Amino acid sequence: MNKFTKPITFFLAIVAPLLIVTLVLRQPAPDNSLLDRVRAEHPERHKSAVDHSKFEVLQKDFTNPHEITAACLSCHTGRGEELLHSAHFNWEREAFIPGRGVTYLGKKNLLNNFCTGVQSNEGSCMKCHAGYGWSDTTFDFKNPYNIDCLICHDNTGTYKKASGGSGYPVMGPNGPDFKAITASVGFPKSENCGTCHFEGGGGNNVKHGDLELALLTAGRDVDVHMGVDGMNMECVDCHTAENHVMKGRYYGVSSTNTQRLHCEDCHTSVPHTESILNEHSIKVACQTCHIPVYAKVNATKMYWDWSTATRKKDGKGYETLDKDGNVLYASIKGDFVWEKFVKPEYLWFNGTADHHLITDRVDTTSAFIRLNTMNGDYSDRNSKIVPVKVHRGKQPYDTHNLTLIQAKLWDSEPGKGALWVDLDWEKSLEEGMKYVNLPYSGHYDFIDTEMYLPVNHMVSPKTNVVTCRECHTRDNGRLAGLTDFYMPGRDRNKFVDIAGQLMLLLSFLGAASHAALRYQAARKRNTTANH
Amino acid sequence: MTKYKKAYVYKGFERFWHWNQALLIFILAFTGFEIHSSYSFLGFANAVKVHNLAAWGLIILIVFAIFWHFTTGEWKQYIPTTKNLKAQAEFYLFGIFRNAPHPTKKTVISKLNPLQRLVYLGLKILFIPVMVVSGLLYMFYRYPQGNNIEIINIGNLEVIAIVHTAGAFILLSFVLVHLYLITTGHTLTSNLKAMITGWEELEEEEIAAEEKKPEVPGKGEKKGVTGTNAPKWR
Repeated sequence: MNKFTKPITFFLAIVAPLLIVTLVLRQPAPDNSLLDRVRAEHPERHKSAVDHSKFEVLQKDFTNPHEITAACLSCHTGRGEELLHSAHFNWEREAFIPGRGVTYLGKKNLLNNFCTGVQSNEGSCMKCHAGYGWSDTTFDFKNPYNIDCLICHDNTGTYKKASGGSGYPVMGPNGPDFKAITASVGFPKSENCGTCHFEGGGGNNVKHGDLELALLTAGRDVDVHMGVDGMNMECVDCHTAENHVMKGRYYGVSSTNTQRLHCEDCHTSVPHTESILNEHSIKVACQTCHIPVYAKVNATKMYWDWSTATRKKDGKGYETLDKDGNVLYASIKGDFVWEKFVKPEYLWFNGTADHHLITDRVDTTSAFIRLNTMNGDYSDRNSKIVPVKVHRGKQPYDTHNLTLIQAKLWDSEPGKGALWVDLDWEKSLEEGMKYVNLPYSGHYDFIDTEMYLPVNHMVSPKTNVVTCRECHTRDNGRLAGLTDFYMPGRDRNKFVDIAGQLMLLLSFLGAASHAALRYQAARKRNTTANH
Repeated sequence: MTKYKKAYVYKGFERFWHWNQALLIFILAFTGFEIHSSYSFLGFANAVKVHNLAAWGLIILIVFAIFWHFTTGEWKQYIPTTKNLKAQAEFYLFGIFRNAPHPTKKTVISKLNPLQRLVYLGLKILFIPVMVVSGLLYMFYRYPQGNNIEIINIGNLEVIAIVHTAGAFILLSFVLVHLYLITTGHTLTSNLKAMITGWEELEEEEIAAEEKKPEVPGKGEKKGVTGTNAPKWR
């Protein structure tokens, strides 16, 4: 017997396990110096290397925006060629889609369930085109002088394209000061990107829900990257470009697993100190846990019912608003549902998508039409669970030809069949289909459609992430809709669970009744012995 | 009348192993069923952490225990036998109520009755290995898939998880019955005391027979293992 045996055993048996458990459960103290360190490492970004105000070629009174582009390209040789091949200019990409072959798809020709599509509405839609003069099918995509450099490179915040101007800015005395603008061109700021990407679908935050004007002024709680009290990052800090091709994909229009932007590009694939969290990244995208809700400041449109459009009050179109100023009904567009602080829905996604083309047949027996299909499932090695905004709607389709319909919505003057001007569905659909040169039977109805928009922005600080139990829970968890795999805490084998509980119960009852019988027998023996 | 004499039945390591295994299995069951969403106590993340930690603890303990069993020859305790098997079953079903004597004499070289031999052997070569293997697969099944190692790719957690859950129910049922059977020794508490102190009162003639046999190597007469005055802790 050693006098140390007892304390050592005590330590090993009781103190050590407790110590280990305490150490494991301990939360590391937050490192507040991290933000300061990153700030110090990146003091000033995207500083222009030259002073454009010194260049003679820009010291002109521009009367025509094409001249500005020509002036830019006179020094920036080759850049025009890059733009002519970019999706920002062509609004389509070459992509191989299984079952379809090589396709040329993009905003140029795809349908969505917001404003349905750009064709026949270019005059208005091209306010967001990085070009000048795309008003109809005759637009020249080969002419570099049709490129609009300023929509992305204006750093004054004063450059504006005209409404209904086919992409042209307001010119003349009411137009912006082009000398000042060209004197200070530089890297695109978030404001530049936001002009189109924040206001897609007809207004702020209508389309994406995680991309909106508030990102320019909000704090880290809304978006940990762009928060003004944090790193205050610009869009192009992540969406880097090479030869004017930006990284990052939007699968409402994209189809292939290329040129994507991943959180891992900066954060690596093992960003957590806990390996069990890193292991999740094999099947779960970062965004799934780190974007618990989107539309954190302003509401986003979740539902758009075109079927109720064209109602009139006193012979005129009208609008009703909610208390925040969101349009609930507009005669030109129909009924809307808006939501704020929206929990995303979740899909398996491998980076490839398919789209419902205007020539595809509509299956009226299915509950809804998927305008874009994000491919993936559990067994697909390249798939991860991603958060999506599902935008649901009702849009017109041809009940005889069984295709969706491109509606003509906009025109500069009445009587041309534009729905927003004339409030007449029949003519709008007829003109729209005539424009895209596709058959239209004249018979239409409305059908439910869904669109899937991946949620990638409004990343929350790490103190506000989706917790384990929000997915690992029996009922109504965030991933309740993804049923093609076994998830601990959510799934169980009912037979094993019931049989197991029964076995535990029987073991307990067996022991208890055995004990009771022993007790009884012992008492009986004692009584007999005492007599 | 049978005479009883104290004997040193459970060695120091054996007791250390037994009680740590008991503690770890309790922790594993408690956190495991929390992960299974049977209840909420520590929180899911903590339950997973503690469960994984306890799992490693148990695996290390098992490695030491295997070493101990083979180096001491104690593994022979678990060789199954049919001798007295029926008598032992009959004792638990009938004899125990009549205060009948235990049909199997407990000795230092044969601590387990034939039923215990069978059950513990089953635990050692079937149920605990199944839990350890399914548990390790549970922890690591993602790696082959994440790294495209096709040959050992499993792909799906479902079977692993269901086997692990079923094993947990079986182990827990064993623990329940095991806890009750503590009370079926010579007296209500003699089994418990024996596992805590190592000492148990065994029938005298058995000890006499025992004393002639050499002790476990390194635990020789020098230290005076047998006899009532021997130290409680070794």
